[in-house]
Amino acid sequence: MNVLAVHTPYSVPAGMMEALQVTLLVLVAAGATAVVLIRARVRQVLMLSIYGVLLAVLFLAFQAPDVTLSELAVGAVALPIVLLLALAKVRKREE
Amino acid sequence: MGAFPFVVVAWILGVGLYGVVTSRHLVHQIICLIVVQSSTYVLLLGVGYVMGAVAPYYFDVPDHTPAVDPVVQALALTDVVVEAAVTALLLAFAIQAHKRFGTLDPQELASLKG
Amino acid sequence: MTPGQRRWIFLAAGTGLVLFYLSGLLGLPAFGSYPGPYGPAILRVAVAQTNATGVVSAINFDYRGFDTVGEEFILFAAATGVAVVLRRLRGERERPAVDEAADRHVPPTSSAVRMVALLFTGPVVLVGWWLASHAQASPSGGFQGGVVLATAFVLIYLSGEFLVFKRFSPADLTDVVEAVGAGGFAALGVAAVLMGLPYLTNFLPLGQVPGAVSSSGTIALISFFVGLEVAAAFILIVGELLEQTLLIRQGRP
Repeated sequence: MNVLAVHTPYSVPAGMMEALQVTLLVLVAAGATAVVLIRARVRQVLMLSIYGVLLAVLFLAFQAPDVTLSELAVGAVALPIVLLLALAKVRKREE
Repeated sequence: MGAFPFVVVAWILGVGLYGVVTSRHLVHQIICLIVVQSSTYVLLLGVGYVMGAVAPYYFDVPDHTPAVDPVVQALALTDVVVEAAVTALLLAFAIQAHKRFGTLDPQELASLKG
Repeated sequence: MTPGQRRWIFLAAGTGLVLFYLSGLLGLPAFGSYPGPYGPAILRVAVAQTNATGVVSAINFDYRGFDTVGEEFILFAAATGVAVVLRRLRGERERPAVDEAADRHVPPTSSAVRMVALLFTGPVVLVGWWLASHAQASPSGGFQGGVVLATAFVLIYLSGEFLVFKRFSPADLTDVVEAVGAGGFAALGVAAVLMGLPYLTNFLPLGQVPGAVSSSGTIALISFFVGLEVAAAFILIVGELLEQTLLIRQGRP
């Protein structure tokens, strides 16, 4: 399918959008690898938070602002909070 | 660019599965499960993308501007929030397992009996 | 099976699985050329039919409202599950909440954290409320607004003690709000049935201007209820985990 010629006040050249999407996809793949390979507890949760922000920016580049909001609120804030609380509970019992 | 997002989706799935299988700590396993789930969000949005189109919100662009597929966005949206709550439930199970058995190593937990 | 063996077996089987998955994905249309009839068909009629300029929310709460009811009840069940699973086990006792800070060897919260958390609590509540009530206009909706609202309560915990958090969100009130949110959504669907229409039909007046706050019938109302329910569910989950970390102690020496 050809590139549609959509001219809104927010349009960018199609090549720039493609380059942005490819960059973000590579960053997301690297972020996922980093999240899995880090084994230290709290550091992994922080890396998950960064991965959530990277995913949110990728979703924005895919023209999905709703999913961006959800992923930001959940993946970068709510999930790390819940994970850190569970880790604190478990570590306290190990003392 | 034609198939690159799908290659990334398969890569994230493989990496996440590797983390789940070779994990020595339940919380690390749960985090790798989150990574596997995130690969499906990227797949959903990648399927519905239309080159050169805008987001499906007609608040400030004229009606009938070509937009990306809104149905997969609706699916991914509810997906993200609900999976967070299910992950919290999984963590609650992990905490209870730690209380009962004293260990969070899945390979030791697998060999416990009763 | 040793961990090393497990890793090699996985690398063999996992590579095969991923390659198989990839060969299936490569059969899809190339990225950027979505051909499917469902998306463009909805885009053609959504704004005219529902007076909502946010097509994604219109799909979530009107066209595919039935799926959203199911997802919301998954959320409800997960929050209830967390509350049930983390109940007190035999042999544990709950420390009195008064001296919960007495022998915790953690440094006191710094003033910078407390001040920033206090400053941001009000705006975050406002943003969450705005998100939950503007689903039909712009990229917002009940789900995002609910999570942001729950984050405001975590900010309250960060800016004070755990007891302040409990006073702002007592367990009974949170349970009631969650039930009202989930029940309100289902009740709107049943109200449509009582009027003789199919379940979850958009039966309220659609309003004049597309995308105004009081337009699009039941979509705005459902989004509001969903926001209440998601916020209460996340506050419940965080509250349960905080209680586990701070209050519940093992009884045996």
